[in-house]
Amino acid sequence: MINNSSVKHVDWSGQLFKLSHFFKAQLPALYQRYPFAVIGAATLFFMGFIAIFAPYLATVDPQAVTPLNRLKPPSWQDWFGTDALGRDVYSRVMYGTRVSLTVGIAVALLSTFIGTAIGLVTGFIRWLDPIVMRIMDGLMSIPSILLAIALMALTKASMENVIIAITLAEIPRVVRLVRSLVLSLREQPYVEAAAAAGTPLLKTLLRHILPNIAAPLLVQATYICASAMITEAILSFIGAGTPPNIPSWGNIMAESRSLFQIAGYLIFFPAIFLSATVLAVNYLGDGLRDALDPRLSRRM
Amino acid sequence: MSQTTGKPILEVEDLRTYFYTRDGVVRSVDGVSFSVSEGETLAIVGESGCGKSVTSLSILRLIASPPGKIISGSIRFHGKDLLDFSDEEMRDIRGDKISMIFQEPMTSLNPVLTVGRQIGEVLELHRHCSMEETRIRILELLKMVNIPEPESRMNEYPHQLSGGMRQRIMIAMALACDPEILIADEPTTALDVTIQAQILNLMRELRDKTRAAIILITHDLGVVAEMAQRVVVMYAGRKVEEASVNDLFEKPMHPYTLGLLNSMPRLDDSASKRLVEIPGMVPSMRNEIIGCAFAPRCSAAIERCSLESPPLKDYENAHWVACWNPVLLRPAYE
Repeated sequence: MINNSSVKHVDWSGQLFKLSHFFKAQLPALYQRYPFAVIGAATLFFMGFIAIFAPYLATVDPQAVTPLNRLKPPSWQDWFGTDALGRDVYSRVMYGTRVSLTVGIAVALLSTFIGTAIGLVTGFIRWLDPIVMRIMDGLMSIPSILLAIALMALTKASMENVIIAITLAEIPRVVRLVRSLVLSLREQPYVEAAAAAGTPLLKTLLRHILPNIAAPLLVQATYICASAMITEAILSFIGAGTPPNIPSWGNIMAESRSLFQIAGYLIFFPAIFLSATVLAVNYLGDGLRDALDPRLSRRM
Repeated sequence: MSQTTGKPILEVEDLRTYFYTRDGVVRSVDGVSFSVSEGETLAIVGESGCGKSVTSLSILRLIASPPGKIISGSIRFHGKDLLDFSDEEMRDIRGDKISMIFQEPMTSLNPVLTVGRQIGEVLELHRHCSMEETRIRILELLKMVNIPEPESRMNEYPHQLSGGMRQRIMIAMALACDPEILIADEPTTALDVTIQAQILNLMRELRDKTRAAIILITHDLGVVAEMAQRVVVMYAGRKVEEASVNDLFEKPMHPYTLGLLNSMPRLDDSASKRLVEIPGMVPSMRNEIIGCAFAPRCSAAIERCSLESPPLKDYENAHWVACWNPVLLRPAYE
């Protein structure tokens, strides 16, 4: 019994050393090579931290209405001021981080996953290609905001529906990218060689094609993440996005729109957070692109 | 010269592979027949675009369809026609019984997988062995193709290997399941000369060891002389001559073969001598060719050549020629 239950020995000093090595040596080196990517990643880490610990960071309940304390400018007590209903904007912005990050990441993952699956199959099965691509062209001809608004109009306001609506609008972009990559990869001799070795289609797709498109796909996913955050904010801003009981950067700005002249800070703070996050995601995407495929960066 | 042993493993008969393009039908392979036996090396030679590669891809049924289609003929492997096989049965044949080496070792390996894994994949597909068995077999194959330090090489990526090594890896992959037929599509074209010799030696050695039949596709007559026992000469999708390698080099009978041989530089030529060329161009395969395809470029053409397509005729000792006016008595080289 005693012999079997080995005491888990954690080498704390070793871990600490690794950590300090990371911050002292690896991070600066990385910063030297890809400064914007590191800045982007750091900002995103910060935003992720806020999103996870929003309940601890928020000073008061973001939904608590205090009519006596309306439209207070930023002060030591209400850092970002209070809105027309006397709700604490700082707390609301902290909680709003959750919505933006969740929507951005969920849309990026879902649309990349679904789009890749469709793109792989379309690129490889010739007769399917024109059919699927015409559908995608059709979807792409509708501005993605408009498509998302239309989809939101069909359902009720909830975060899941926002995610689904934006995902649907983003899928064609992924499909196009994946299909074009597959079309060039399928002519590669190693794909032909795989066929000559008797590899079935599905295995060829997963083993030979997918790893070769991973890099551009990852880069595309970050751009989709950024664009999804903006789309979510726009949807919330025009009242077609997350329901009012969930604070999001978009609807904080929307609710303060009419008060912009007298209380500009209401729009300023969520807007700063939104821009910073979107910029960070784009920086990270650019950095990934440069790191993963130097040829791509010259082309774009 | 060791001659054919026993009965043929693969018999291709009257194979026709056409491509249906927007600009018309391209008759890439137009009635080609040949056969290979165990341990024999058959070379298929011809200019670019004469249908050599399409022939080899047709054997494995890897012609993209559409636009390509094998419209007639038979490819009998141990007496069974591969054209009747289902896609699954065909997949089991590929890489296992019949495997292929491609021309470009640079691009024929997947850049994101280690070479060990790529060899392992073939074994996984056809042999279903355990991880350990696969590993042992990979090492064995790498040793067989003379890769130094196989243990560390198997974990490397294609870009870490030289062109010659990559071609060795391709050969190891092709031989992984002890195929009965190995199709080598210009295996040495992309390599430099010293490496070419090494690869050819290796292929010869492995052929004698495994008794696999080799179908060697090439436009390099030097390679043919070194490797093959029988040679098929193709021109514009048709077989124009077939002979044992000695007969072909000693007394080529088709004017095209003669032209090919004459256009090779020879060691005893003076350096200032201009190489003899075949005048004209390869005909476009989009139009149906009436008569002999080579007639417009042929110095020995007679009236009949442009009217009727010449049949293959066995002149002597299984030396087949499709020509109305073959080179019979003239000296082979001028």
